[in-house]
Amino acid sequence: MVKEITVISGKGGTGKTSLVASLVSLAEKTAVADCDVDAADLHLVLNPRVEQVNDFSGGKSSAIMPDKCTGCGKCHELCRFGAVVKNTDQKTVFTIDPIACEGCGVCSYFCPEKAIEFKQAVNGQWFISSTRYGPMVHAKLGIAQENSGKLVSLVRSQVKIIAEEKGLPYIIVDGPPGIGCPVIASITGTDCALIVTEPTLSGQHDLERVVELINFFKIPAYLCINKFDINPEVSDIIEEKALAAGVKVVGRVHYDRNVTGAQVKKLPVVEMPNTPAAADVRTMWSNLLQEITAATKVS
Amino acid sequence: MSPKLTIAVASGKGGTGKTTVSASLSCAAADAGYKVAYLDCDVEEPNGHLFLKPEIDCRHLVGIPVPVVDQKKCVACGACGQICQYSAIVCINKNILTFDKMCHGCGGCALVCPAGAITEKSRSIGSIEGGSAGRISFYHGNLFVGEAFSPPLIRAVRSTGCNGLNIVDAPPGTSCPVISAIKGADYVLLVTEPTPFGINDLDIAAGMVKELGIPHAVVVNRHDPDNTLARDFCRDRGIKILAEIPDDRRIAEAYSRGALPYSAVPGYRELFKELLISAVKEAKW
Repeated sequence: MVKEITVISGKGGTGKTSLVASLVSLAEKTAVADCDVDAADLHLVLNPRVEQVNDFSGGKSSAIMPDKCTGCGKCHELCRFGAVVKNTDQKTVFTIDPIACEGCGVCSYFCPEKAIEFKQAVNGQWFISSTRYGPMVHAKLGIAQENSGKLVSLVRSQVKIIAEEKGLPYIIVDGPPGIGCPVIASITGTDCALIVTEPTLSGQHDLERVVELINFFKIPAYLCINKFDINPEVSDIIEEKALAAGVKVVGRVHYDRNVTGAQVKKLPVVEMPNTPAAADVRTMWSNLLQEITAATKVS
Repeated sequence: MSPKLTIAVASGKGGTGKTTVSASLSCAAADAGYKVAYLDCDVEEPNGHLFLKPEIDCRHLVGIPVPVVDQKKCVACGACGQICQYSAIVCINKNILTFDKMCHGCGGCALVCPAGAITEKSRSIGSIEGGSAGRISFYHGNLFVGEAFSPPLIRAVRSTGCNGLNIVDAPPGTSCPVISAIKGADYVLLVTEPTPFGINDLDIAAGMVKELGIPHAVVVNRHDPDNTLARDFCRDRGIKILAEIPDDRRIAEAYSRGALPYSAVPGYRELFKELLISAVKEAKW
């Protein structure tokens, strides 16, 4: 059975993507997915060769047909998202702001003139690619588009199909920051979450919220403290608090400028020889595998 | 001159320094004598309070309208389930089921129901707290853990603020939460770091603010004089850089304990004062 490991963080910029690139390199046989669909970066390191491009439609959106619109204002009155804009120019009385439109269709349904089209919208693209490590599924949400949660679910379901077809043991998922819609879509039903944090007051605060989230969804989770030596005291506090919430620390990674150096060279840091961070990540990966294997036996 | 100016601080990539910049700017504005409010719109992971340490004096819940079905009046026609685009209300075997967490609060089901069986109630998704941090008015939103849909709460935070300078700390990314935070702002500062990830995400974020038609500039954080990635990008795109914050370990250490470079690291007060002056000037206030 393929095991899905989802890397999340709560706080942004703690090192999720750099860590994922290294885990993919260490795993040898794995599929990988980038679920940070509105600011995807993993492709910058893994350099995927895109093999299939697909349009993503997350829902419908409305558009007023100027030739049919009588300017009665019913749509403007009913829209709760401020998406029906009253124009000052005389050509069309009302237009729909596609960025504000939530795609509920109320305007179109209640338009007495049937002057509002309600059509499937293209909100982005998703890709099936190959990398030197294995297959990759990733996506690009269109500029100022919504429904990132749906796109995340789609990317995850596709990578799972590919991993099962190819008989790969792991799927490693690079998740988005935060605790909202795309994060929930990234962790729902995953086998385990690997949370990456940093020893700062913000990191600690955000970790508490993300741990609450994974406990809410009852997902087994492990913790990696990145740049732990920036503030060893806060690292200790974080470790203690995480353990109390049922989250075990599987790795502590040194602050290491080679991590940025690796990013510039488009390499996972574990492929840079003699770097402290690389050694730490290797230890973490073997700890994580042990934990996952032990948890599988128990269940 | 309009009495009100809203400057939003955003970034595609997380962890680039939005909170450091927005909280420091708020302090600089208060010290310069502006009437200023700091609005933390990163409602999934609000952090501004860790640095500004406000005294909170008011709190209220923010909800969205969700349907309540009176089964006695319901004629099981299924019209509510047909209009709903979010699978938040469905009609199965003449029973109506509602899924409040899926609901966006559009009101379509209540409008379409021919039997008048659907009313709406407010369901809380988070809270807003307000108070003051010295001379700064402080507001932040706090999304309840497990809630997926933050834009209504973000819009509620945006509706607070003061009749002076409002500084918005936006969430990371480029999708709906960010758009809710920066829409209607007079000016956007995009914070980036000069790494390949930072520049890639800056590219996406710059596309987003351009699409929204908001004037903007860049603040480079963790600047290293030998690294020209950010300068090259901004020169090619014709985007101004209003400040470059050095890659200084003292800033990282201050940050780790909840202190701002503005007040905790010597030499940075001036940098943020100048950034404030140029941002206000660029925003033509």
